[in-house]
Amino acid sequence: MKSKIKKLLKNFRITRSAFSYPYILFMLIFVVLPLALILINAFMVDQRLSFGNFISLVQDRASLPTLLTSLLVGLVTTITCLVVGYPVAYILAKRKSGRIIALLFILPMWVNFLIRTLSTRAMFEALGIDLGMGTVIFGMVYNFIPFMILPLHTTLSNIDKSYIEAAQDLGASPSIVFLKATLPLSIPGIISGITMVFIPTISTFAISQLLGGIYLFGDSIYSKFNHGMYGVGSVMSLIMLVFVIISNVFISKVNKGGAARNLW
Amino acid sequence: MVKKTLSNAYILIIMALLYAPIILIIVFSFANTSNFTFRHGFTLEAYRSIFNFPQTPYLLDALKNTLFIAVVSSVVSTIMGSVAAIGIYNLKQRPRRIVENINQMPIINSEIVMAVALMLFFITFKFPQGYVRLIIGHISFCTPYVVLSVMPRLIQMDPNVYEAALDLGASPVKALFKVIIPIIFPGIMSGFAMAFTLSMDDFIITQINKGTTTGIDTLSTYIYSSQHNARGLNPFWFAVFSIIIVVVLALLLIINLNKLIKRINKERKNEKSF
Repeated sequence: MKSKIKKLLKNFRITRSAFSYPYILFMLIFVVLPLALILINAFMVDQRLSFGNFISLVQDRASLPTLLTSLLVGLVTTITCLVVGYPVAYILAKRKSGRIIALLFILPMWVNFLIRTLSTRAMFEALGIDLGMGTVIFGMVYNFIPFMILPLHTTLSNIDKSYIEAAQDLGASPSIVFLKATLPLSIPGIISGITMVFIPTISTFAISQLLGGIYLFGDSIYSKFNHGMYGVGSVMSLIMLVFVIISNVFISKVNKGGAARNLW
Repeated sequence: MVKKTLSNAYILIIMALLYAPIILIIVFSFANTSNFTFRHGFTLEAYRSIFNFPQTPYLLDALKNTLFIAVVSSVVSTIMGSVAAIGIYNLKQRPRRIVENINQMPIINSEIVMAVALMLFFITFKFPQGYVRLIIGHISFCTPYVVLSVMPRLIQMDPNVYEAALDLGASPVKALFKVIIPIIFPGIMSGFAMAFTLSMDDFIITQINKGTTTGIDTLSTYIYSSQHNARGLNPFWFAVFSIIIVVVLALLLIINLNKLIKRINKERKNEKSF
């Protein structure tokens, strides 16, 4: 026994990669396997392979409108975040103290989103604003705009200044410089920002429900599972997964360096 | 000049909007009203009501659960994640890339999908309801962040330092504890802080996996279940939210104070050199 341990210690240098095995095992069991179960469940009805769940999703009168509402809310939220957040990131990127101010923009995110959402709802109620689509979108923008500002800020502050200077030297007006140099160079940040706002918005749980009684995709996945409709719920999760995969392929294509992924 | 004022004003307005709900809740927690007015003037009544409010015992119970789950899952994920990072760093390129991709899964995937997938898994394999499910769930989304915060330290580390320790006669185990771990220690600590805050902050995975019959609630699920059908916010909650907000922000400041000071000094130096 003792010699065995000694031998193991001697071979320690070669087997250091074995340190990762417990974690790999854990992740296979508790992350990969559950996702595989979603995939299996989506194609199972009464323990037989079938597309029945897809059919009942399409035929369900409530599900399709929910999907459309989610896409609409996601779209409006993303566009608002981009329009409001781009100038913020642009201004911060020009300042030397911009990095610290950018930190101030993420600080509120550390307060639990339920507390912030309930506070926002109390504010709306005190102001006499009716809860509905408008308040939902405000809440979403409020919650997810840091996800837009951060990648944009990273990309914009990493742009090589000599491009801008070259454009200016060649006689471009400030607006032309922005349109022809800064904006195209910041596209990787825009794309990361868009996906980092859009996906969480449509899959979020509870925010829209609290701020306007509107059920989005995330809420209906939860209610399907809560009512024991695992098959249909799995199909909806699968649709969500496809969204996530597409957006990530998109992100990694656009910024090969993977710079703007660093949220924290 | 005008441009600068305008852009400053813009930043200030957006910042004010972001902070408005948090700050207003704290300000009006001293008003003891639900409608954001100082009808009764400045008063500590809302805070006093915490001591005899009927919901306080449940809230304290939820706080205990939150801390228990956060401590257990962040300690486990810090140990497992740090050990795993050393292992992953020493894997060959191909398997390393696969493992790193698996590591990314809980981070990029939407939380609701991870949550229902875990729920399906627990039901399929008949896991006991309660803390076991919650702690496993929390470990599964905290550990990847630990790996991610330890990894850069390993990559920056000069591999020769470890070899030198071995050449000077240290055993591999000793070299691990005396060389590698001290070098990656800041990464381990920030991974731990991250895991702890993420676990404390979690709502979706807890809400979906806590089970309906166990009666286990964390702070966030308790707040949700007692408020999601309510109209208006009782002054009691103004006080509770204010306490939570102040504690969270203070902790954050303490954890990051060192980093922040370093960063500000660096920025100052940069400004001077221009």
